[in-house]
Amino acid sequence: MSDIYDVIIIGGGPAGLAAGLYASRSRLKTLILEKEKMGGQIVTTDEVANYPGSIENASGPSLIKRMVEQAEEFGAEIKLDEIKEVDFEGKIKVLKGSKGEYKAKSVIIATGAQPRKIGCPGEAEFTGRGVSYCATCDAAFFEDMEVFVVGGGDTAVEEGMYLTKFARKVTIIHRRDELRAAKSIQEKAFANEKMHFMWDSVVKEIKGDGIVESMVVENVKTGELTEIVADEEDGTFGIFVFIGFLPNTQLFEGIIDMENGYIVTDQDMKTNIPGVFAAGDVRAKSLRQVVTATGDGAIAAIQAEKYIEENFEE
Amino acid sequence: MIELNKENFEEEVLKAEGPVLVDYWGPTCEPCKALMPHIHELAEKYGDKVKFASLDITKARRLAIKQKVLGLPAIIMYKDGEEVERLAESEATAEAVEEMVKKYI
Ligand SMILES: Cc1cc2nc3c(=O)[nH]c(=O)nc-3n(C[C@H](O)[C@H](O)[C@H](O)COP(=O)(O)OP(=O)(O)OC[C@H]3O[C@@H](n4cnc5c(N)ncnc54)[C@H](O)[C@@H]3O)c2cc1C
Repeated sequence: MSDIYDVIIIGGGPAGLAAGLYASRSRLKTLILEKEKMGGQIVTTDEVANYPGSIENASGPSLIKRMVEQAEEFGAEIKLDEIKEVDFEGKIKVLKGSKGEYKAKSVIIATGAQPRKIGCPGEAEFTGRGVSYCATCDAAFFEDMEVFVVGGGDTAVEEGMYLTKFARKVTIIHRRDELRAAKSIQEKAFANEKMHFMWDSVVKEIKGDGIVESMVVENVKTGELTEIVADEEDGTFGIFVFIGFLPNTQLFEGIIDMENGYIVTDQDMKTNIPGVFAAGDVRAKSLRQVVTATGDGAIAAIQAEKYIEENFEE
Repeated sequence: MIELNKENFEEEVLKAEGPVLVDYWGPTCEPCKALMPHIHELAEKYGDKVKFASLDITKARRLAIKQKVLGLPAIIMYKDGEEVERLAESEATAEAVEEMVKKYI
């Protein structure tokens, strides 16, 4: 039985790390599997101002570093591997990764989400050539240039503010006539001289020759199309896209109950399959943040412990 | 791995014969830092057949833009000084890079 874990957590973001911390602290044999980089989405942001206790200069990477240390300190094992297939039929759950196969009495799905795309012509072609989904990765290219941020929520406006540290002008393109971001974030954005706003607008097409050189924007109220062309001297501009997320749940389609692609759980993070739990951004819920992801992770771990006590004899 | 900069890029990449892989990265790019150890492993494994190099774009921003790189990570394969293939952002996984390298050895 030694190669069977009590709990395997798929995903090393805040939800998975919190689950790992709670599970290993309960002395469960715990494995966290992460496909790419520890920390998930939050490591791509420079400022996490709304996680309780995260002090002024808490960046995504610094917060995650502490979460990883804490989970490992309590004995959680961490492996880098991408899970490609799951078998939840038997009492022992089997996970197949690119590097190996893993078995566990219970599973916590914490695969999170990824950025939603605009879906317009040119977007895919110019990804990495002016179209970006990560401000901390790509801001440095646009020092003293112009950038556009697509979206109107917290993430769009906050990443836009971060970009003002590099770009000379940041224009938010939003499909409504007001922002969805929290009021305090809006106030800061409106007070920032480098921030500009294009309301009721959506990006229809992105064009260029190897790198972004122009884009077509539509006013959704009037139907009017405007072509924005790069400043001649710059030759290009940035388009940063923050228009929401898509859950990483393809793996579980037809196996686990979902709603619009998000995994449905009860308040104990239980899915429709006994012994399989879900936590974090991957769940159908109303607020997708670090604070709720870690809360979900903690509950899932404690419920997994309970499930094992009730279903497996020592 | 060769560390590229404004001074040696032309010599090491554009004027080089054969395949050269350039890992474009930046110090605040977390996906780049997660990928970097895998690139080093590949350099160990295939370094005798492909030249492996990296460029910190914060030190050579214009040069990167000239190579039409405006996003990180970007892993570009050059052959005889010409770009022949690139993996950008989320395409740039350790496995995809290895697949690409294998094509040019
Ligand atoms: C730019 C940006 C700024 C943000 N700012 C804030 C903020 O200031 N405050 C805040 O509270 N929230 C913020 N958020 C939201 C926050 O990042 C998320 O709510 C949080 O990261 C969700 O955590 P999670 O663990 O559920 O998912 P994720 O962070 O998405 O982590 C999921 C992990 O699972 C891994 N994974 C996926 N599939 C597999 C697989 N098949 N096998 C193995 N591993 C897999 C992924 O690689 C990833 O590491 C921000 C998000 C973004 C993108």
